[in-house]
Amino acid sequence: MLRGVDLRLERSEVVALLGRNGSGKTTLLRIVATLLRPTRGGGTVLGHDLLRDTDAVRGQIGFLGHTNGVYPDLTAAENLEFTLRMIGQPVDARTIGSALEVVGLSSERDTRTREFSAGMQRRLALARFRLLSPALLLLDEPYSSLDPGGAAMLTALIDDTRRRGGAAILVTHDITRARAVADTLVALEDGRLVALGPNELPPADTFPEGDVLGARSSARSAR
Amino acid sequence: MRPRLALSRVLAMAWKDLTTERRGKAGFNAVVFMGAITLLMFGFALGPDAAALRTAAAGLLWLTVLLSGALAFNRSYESEAEAGAMDALLLYPGSRWPIFAGKLLANLIFVLLVEAITVPIAAVLYDIPVLTPLPGLAGVLFLGTLGFVTLGTYYAAMASRVRAREVLLPLLLFPMLIPLLVAAVGATKAVLTSDPMGYGAAWIKMLAAFDIVFLAATFLTFEYVIEE
Repeated sequence: MLRGVDLRLERSEVVALLGRNGSGKTTLLRIVATLLRPTRGGGTVLGHDLLRDTDAVRGQIGFLGHTNGVYPDLTAAENLEFTLRMIGQPVDARTIGSALEVVGLSSERDTRTREFSAGMQRRLALARFRLLSPALLLLDEPYSSLDPGGAAMLTALIDDTRRRGGAAILVTHDITRARAVADTLVALEDGRLVALGPNELPPADTFPEGDVLGARSSARSAR
Repeated sequence: MRPRLALSRVLAMAWKDLTTERRGKAGFNAVVFMGAITLLMFGFALGPDAAALRTAAAGLLWLTVLLSGALAFNRSYESEAEAGAMDALLLYPGSRWPIFAGKLLANLIFVLLVEAITVPIAAVLYDIPVLTPLPGLAGVLFLGTLGFVTLGTYYAAMASRVRAREVLLPLLLFPMLIPLLVAAVGATKAVLTSDPMGYGAAWIKMLAAFDIVFLAATFLTFEYVIEE
């Protein structure tokens, strides 16, 4: 349950969301992604209301959850072809080839993803973002299962989004990685936002119970 | 949503599901085998009385289609569950109905292919003449299958997020199918027996009416079923 969370992202800002298991990080991310409806509160993404303009919000976000959403019986190229068809774009071999090249999977173009390692599947999931070009990345433990090369590609993708004036929310347990990638660190403790500051994370127990940031109940995210 | 985008999504979903099914042939083979073995078991249960088998053939055929088809529906959302791809599907902007329509189309093709194999088997086992009334029989099978697949795809979506979905789906689906089953058996019987009582047209109209109601209700409410 999220209580009184108030979070604002500026353009080109990357926020790392930290916290213990069950603290509400994934819930917050899923609310911003419009996959969950908050019981109270609300928010906007690039001026679009999270509750009323869900289609407009969905057109702006790229969400990567715990799973990769890669179909195991399709090849890498077919997975991207499916994405292109779903967004109504022409299926162009060059577009697919270039997206696969960026994530280092060109040689696996015609391999069924069932044969991929978890890290390769993660890379393919990231390749989808090259086709979608989202303005707001919502990434839940995105570095898990990625090797150093894959992690560098993900960081490059986040930087690219930032350069284009987009933003990203990154859920992670890895404080070192969060410090390296994010502009702002946010910690959630039992559904409350307990720390917020540029690249600093004071211990959670330095904040008294009532010292939460934000006035609105539930999530208010990413404007 | 633009019609062209909606059509692109419907075809993409159907293509993806059928490609997945084609590559994992075990599913189709298992469903066909289930259909064949069910027909055979019904034959043994009713005994060697050829007249009794012919009389019961329409009902047995539809029960076989229902039992084997339910296996297919359980697999319908399996690829999304296995890949964790439902979130990605739900995050494409626009209506959800193309997702449903694509899955419905794939399931319809799948079940019709199963019928293309099981109906000739039924014809041989139960000694029913299917060649003469073939156009009428094909029409009735299509109408009945459309209603069946519409409800099956819908309830499979409902059950897809539940751990015990294999058990839940038949519990949800079969009671709702009873009116359709009655109409489909009545229409099939009329077609196979050259319709001596003249009830065939009424059964076929009823089947068409069920199809329209099922399609309208499921397309309108799918969005609420598929979201968390």
